[in-house]
Amino acid sequence: MTSPRRVAILGGNRIPFARSNAQYSSVSNSDMLAAALDGLIERYGLEGQHLGEFAAGAVVKLARDINLTREVVLGSKLAPSTAAVDIGQACGTGLQAVNYIGNKIALGQIDVGIAGGADTTSDPPIALGDKLRAKLVKVNNARSNADRVKALLAIRPTDISLDFPVNAEPRTGKSMGAHQAITAKEWGITREAQDELTVASHHNLAAAYDRGFMDDLITPYLGLERDGNLRADSSLEKLAKLKPVFGGPQGTMTAGNSTPLSDGASTVLLASEEWAKEHGHEPLAYLVDVQTSAVGYVGGEEGLLMAPAYAVPALLDRNGLKLQDFDFYEIHEAFAAQVLSTLKAWEDPTFCKQKLGRDEPLGSIDRSKLNVNGGSLAAAHPFAATGGRIVPALAKALKEKGSGRGLISICAAGGQGVVAIVER
Amino acid sequence: MSDRYQQFVNSFLGKQIAPRVGLPQPPFLKRHRPGAPVVDGPVLLGQADGGRLGPAVSRVLAVIGAETWTAEGPLRDGAAEAGLSPKIWSGATGGDQRFQALVFDATGISSAAELAQLHAFFQPVARRVRPSGRVVVLGTTPELVPGTGAAKASARVAQRALEGFTRSLGKEIGKGSTVQLVYVAPDADDQIESTLRFLLSPKSAFVSGQVVRISQSGRKPDLNWTEPLKGKVALVTGASRGIGEAIAETLARDGAHVVGLDIEPLADDLKKVTDRIGGSAITFDVTAQDAPAELAAKLKADHGGVDIVVHNAGITRDKLLANMKPEVWAQVIAVNLEAPERITRELLKQKAINPEGRIIGVASIAGVAGNRGQTNYGTSKAGVIGFVDAFAAEVAKQQLTINAVAPGFIETKMTAAIPLTIREAGRRMSSLGQGGLPIDVAETIAWYASPGSAGVNGNTVRVCGQSLIGA
Repeated sequence: MTSPRRVAILGGNRIPFARSNAQYSSVSNSDMLAAALDGLIERYGLEGQHLGEFAAGAVVKLARDINLTREVVLGSKLAPSTAAVDIGQACGTGLQAVNYIGNKIALGQIDVGIAGGADTTSDPPIALGDKLRAKLVKVNNARSNADRVKALLAIRPTDISLDFPVNAEPRTGKSMGAHQAITAKEWGITREAQDELTVASHHNLAAAYDRGFMDDLITPYLGLERDGNLRADSSLEKLAKLKPVFGGPQGTMTAGNSTPLSDGASTVLLASEEWAKEHGHEPLAYLVDVQTSAVGYVGGEEGLLMAPAYAVPALLDRNGLKLQDFDFYEIHEAFAAQVLSTLKAWEDPTFCKQKLGRDEPLGSIDRSKLNVNGGSLAAAHPFAATGGRIVPALAKALKEKGSGRGLISICAAGGQGVVAIVER
Repeated sequence: MSDRYQQFVNSFLGKQIAPRVGLPQPPFLKRHRPGAPVVDGPVLLGQADGGRLGPAVSRVLAVIGAETWTAEGPLRDGAAEAGLSPKIWSGATGGDQRFQALVFDATGISSAAELAQLHAFFQPVARRVRPSGRVVVLGTTPELVPGTGAAKASARVAQRALEGFTRSLGKEIGKGSTVQLVYVAPDADDQIESTLRFLLSPKSAFVSGQVVRISQSGRKPDLNWTEPLKGKVALVTGASRGIGEAIAETLARDGAHVVGLDIEPLADDLKKVTDRIGGSAITFDVTAQDAPAELAAKLKADHGGVDIVVHNAGITRDKLLANMKPEVWAQVIAVNLEAPERITRELLKQKAINPEGRIIGVASIAGVAGNRGQTNYGTSKAGVIGFVDAFAAEVAKQQLTINAVAPGFIETKMTAAIPLTIREAGRRMSSLGQGGLPIDVAETIAWYASPGSAGVNGNTVRVCGQSLIGA
């Protein structure tokens, strides 16, 4: 084994994200992932090329998409010898896919690869109820027509039910929003602060589109040229009118300062420096390190989406960095309150001492460096596609700046968090 | 002994009817269950500016594993030092948050104007207390307020004022919640744990509107809070039934070897109780002339002394004074007041009470407020309060404590015999709107008995659901 190599982020491509049951209501995860991948192939001249591996995933996935990524590769212009893998870690899927490809490149197992993710909430995997499924399996297993009829007749109207995927933690029965509402309350996060963060997200993303920043990060799809959730004219006044949707009638979280269900796909091209040079690509930035952490939340011991608050200090320590040593912070805005709770935790001497065992808090960040080209509140958040949205955009921002360092933080269902350092 | 009215208003039908016709709705009180946490729910901790008890209270909350909330600021920073990681309370972001307990350190209040901090803390959360909730305000014992001159005087005024706040809040908080004031002597911050545990827990279900005074004992034993009385010997007089039986069972639950005492005619009942709890039984007439000496000798011989003495035995012989014969008067005084006093003197004289001993009297609300037809009983029970006052300083020197409980309306065979209308009045005319249970008295005695309660001396705490009669 060779010593680890630097992992270059060459670029990315995604389709604009659409709100649930809007422009992408009739397409599948594989359609969207293929569209994002095709755009990447075209942009980086990868037609007919053999790549090391394509790693991607989808959180809300149909049972028939066992080999989602491999099927997408076979339908693409990549050489069919390009291997593919489906991975999943809820909202952390995209960044974990980047980590997976990055590690293989670093270890010399591959020279180039693509990471990505897709999600649709418009084409959900609806399962049959357990009773009906068990009886249908019997029908399928029947050896003669007579047995088949007998098995079919055993199905009663009351057996017929459907299981829709729900946005709830299996162990608590609470939705992610309900969990975050508790965390927001526990951290004293105000409605105003959440709405301010939301407005900034929309304005930053709109500005990024306006100045052409998104041009080589996005390929329009099905008539959508910008993210369908983006509200360039978002304002505190408009957001203030919205009713709370989580945390009861006196809650602080609204449909405005929470991400909506959405559809979309994204891809990232990663390679070794040698491969990039050979193929004439200038790296935008480099993937330095990734940390995944998890917290117990089932008994209320920690907030569901607070794992990044633990992952980041671990990552900083391993790399000898302070929280303030970054030029850009890309904190995934699952909910404005999630970002604010995390930032507050890092500023809080009590949390840092009791939960992180540190004598000094991590401190605050310069808010003007946070999600400078928009965040999930504006772009929306097709679960597995968010990592692949953030990584290329951050790499590009670092390239524009010339040099610097960026921190990525993504919270995920199940009390998990994936965080990464990117630098140039 | 069951409270049919309470059962009705808590039934489906009763819940529909009672509020519409304006009937009181006494709730079922949450009571202690073995293994349950001290506080089963979030605790909001607040502090007046300049308060000194933040760290001490935080340490207790940390030890009992309470989910603690505080506003941001010095109190929260101090709580972290004590090992807590409090959640952040703010009215603007509190949403639907409710609390099982509110704890407020009022020791920093040093003038009448600063009493506004009570309002500032409690007003926004007055409707955020869960059923069977707990409110504890901590102040400085007014007579012991430090300082000099006018500042000292105005601090003393303000600290004394706290009592009116807690007693009034107790009357309006509702839903089975209780409100207490704990006066902590300026040097006694490390003595509050057993008292806070008791007052925050369901063990104090029927104690409300009370004032507890904590002083420095110079002792703070490490103890096992699930069996605090392990290895202790407890004498309980009148242990064969009712409140005495509950006291014996509760002290045994907490690990003590209980020596139950009752009169000869109740020997069978007594033996059933002591057998059940693995204790021992003595039959004695506590009023007999030689009883104290014999008892002291027996306790020394059989158990090498006694650690906890509960003077529970008591009788009523109600008559209007005009109709009361002298022997009826004398009987009640002899059992309820003379016997505890004589036995205590003898036990002290013979050094039969071990160091860290606890002497506990049973007074009554009749001794506080008086009752028609109970001139004898009321006199004897007020005398028990005097007994505590008179002995407190003396026993403290011997590393003992003396305290009393003053039960209000407790559901026993004795109160079941009271005529219906008077019984109903006794039950409903209190903040909690119901009678207490023998266990409520027993839990209060177990708190006094705890080795952790060395700083609790000279108190008479009512177990009366904040009965409307009496001070």
